[in-house]
Amino acid sequence: MPQHIRQQPIKQNTTADVLVLGGGPAGAWAAWNAARNGARVILADKGYLGTSGATAPGGTTLLVIPPVAELREQAVTARLRAGGYLSENAWIHRVLDQVERNLELVEQWGYPFRKDETGRPLRTHLHGPEYMKLMRRVVRKAGVKIWDQSPALELLHDRHGVGGARGVNRLTGEAWEVRANAVVIATGGCAFLSKGLGCNVLTGEGLLMAAEAGAELSGMEFSRQYAPSFAGGTVTRGRMLAWATLYDGAGRPLLRGDRIFGSIPELLSKGPVYASLDLADTPEKREFLRRAHPIFFMPLERAGIDPFQGKFPLTLRYEGTMRGTGGLRLTGADCSTSVPGLYAAGDAASREKVTGAISGGGAYNASWAICSGSWAGEGAAHFALSSARTADSRGLTAAGRYGLQAGSDQPHAFEAKPLITAVQREVLPLEINYFRSESGVGGALERLDALLPELGGVIPPTVQGIVQSREAAALLMAGRWIYTAALFRKETRGLAHLAEYPQLDPRQTHRIILSGTARVNIRTESVPHARELRVPEEGRAII
Amino acid sequence: MIELVSSDRCIGCRLCVKVCPTHVFEMAGKLPVIARQEDCQTCFMCEAYCPADALYVSPLGDIQVSVDEQELIASGLLGSWRAEIGWTPGVEASMAERDTTPFFEVFTETHRKL
Repeated sequence: MPQHIRQQPIKQNTTADVLVLGGGPAGAWAAWNAARNGARVILADKGYLGTSGATAPGGTTLLVIPPVAELREQAVTARLRAGGYLSENAWIHRVLDQVERNLELVEQWGYPFRKDETGRPLRTHLHGPEYMKLMRRVVRKAGVKIWDQSPALELLHDRHGVGGARGVNRLTGEAWEVRANAVVIATGGCAFLSKGLGCNVLTGEGLLMAAEAGAELSGMEFSRQYAPSFAGGTVTRGRMLAWATLYDGAGRPLLRGDRIFGSIPELLSKGPVYASLDLADTPEKREFLRRAHPIFFMPLERAGIDPFQGKFPLTLRYEGTMRGTGGLRLTGADCSTSVPGLYAAGDAASREKVTGAISGGGAYNASWAICSGSWAGEGAAHFALSSARTADSRGLTAAGRYGLQAGSDQPHAFEAKPLITAVQREVLPLEINYFRSESGVGGALERLDALLPELGGVIPPTVQGIVQSREAAALLMAGRWIYTAALFRKETRGLAHLAEYPQLDPRQTHRIILSGTARVNIRTESVPHARELRVPEEGRAII
Repeated sequence: MIELVSSDRCIGCRLCVKVCPTHVFEMAGKLPVIARQEDCQTCFMCEAYCPADALYVSPLGDIQVSVDEQELIASGLLGSWRAEIGWTPGVEASMAERDTTPFFEVFTETHRKL
């Protein structure tokens, strides 16, 4: 039931060294590492550490490459080329080293990794429910205070940088404030409430609150990512389609064992597409697949579909910056951002350093969450513990503006749901956001810009009103950042594409950095391996 | 989306209210109710955490459907996801222990006939 809260004073008012926002893998690893480095840590999540985010309901395949120099060099070089020379070899090597150590810990903490025939553990996949339940236990044991159902709404700052955050407890309706000299944004990507598995908590408030405090974003144009799901369902584990034949409406086969799914948008634009996992033609093969990803099969079975013998209709769910690459720009090896005291990890951070211009989907993002979380947690702890001032002695003010009571300057009521629908109308459709063109994206951006005055409405004084208004504001800003960057990159590279510029342009081998909210500033940033992109033929090959 | 809170089975422990990532449940007296079904993201996590197997999430994320509790019990669906994960007391092996994903690429390479 609606609870009126803004009229009340802040009830939970406390200090910590490090405040972690977000309770998915990146947030959990950040909190654990910050605590282990001696910091007093609070982790606040919109939902619940254990169920929140893209990982918990399903699972993640991990990027793990044995520490053999040749194998790792190959992987790094392949990624550099595939990612349009925007990744950084040194960062991929760091991830490969770090993730190995963290996964050893996960095993010591009790995760039952399968073993090969020699008894060596295969630490390459984590089932989400078990993994995140384990992380909750470990994080709590490390002394971290976990605040569930406690979405952050805005950051606190002063001229020295960030100093904590304010939010609301969704269960009690009480407002909270944490003063902390370091804040880690681990709130995930922005998936625009498109109902991909676990992704509806990923609504971009972390990006918005960081941008309001002056943080920069990078790689927002690399966000043209849709995942196949059975129509009406939510599970987006496209990997199983490696065993599928795709059929058109008349039952004619279109594709067999497609591993890329890149052609599904084109196929769907011509008519309905059906899948059947009919390449698994024996009970043994079916059992193998069933055990690999139960979350793929359970919903189909509940819907009365036999995915091995029957055909099920496919749809695509937009994955935004979650399986895209863009996010907060990192400035240091400790996952610091351009704002002192502010750190970013997981999908809230730009993953270009390890993925380049292509999707970090699956393995890269999962290992990135673990590693960037660890680095951000450690970096934030060191920063906070070496700060000259205590957080509660600073003259901190709230940095938020959009979709908050403080930003209300219009007489009309803020209506979150219609605004969210209006943003989705511009961001979700394949014909605008997948088949990108200057005119299509340009028109959508104009229509999104025209929605900005809606953000000045009076926020309904209920928990849902307060949280959803902020989500709506974040979705609108994220959509505008994505399209602003998409129009600026006049070429096709990885997940960025404009119909008018179907080729890679070697002169645009740089990152696109955005800052600002209502007014967005754009600049470019050079990348270390740009000069290795010499042969234009290579460019065409990655499109 | 979430379609059923079985008042027969529910023990009023509030765990679903606490764990739902999108804040769908509210307590109404001693039992939880589905207060904001339209916000359900069909992630099945409430079902996995429910210690009484009192919840049912339909696989359809975009539309509401009506479900019959007795049919769900008869077909073994009520509580089936928790059991498959391995969190129901007494189940033999967990989903993680049965996992075949680490062998997926090699298996696909070896056994898939295109």
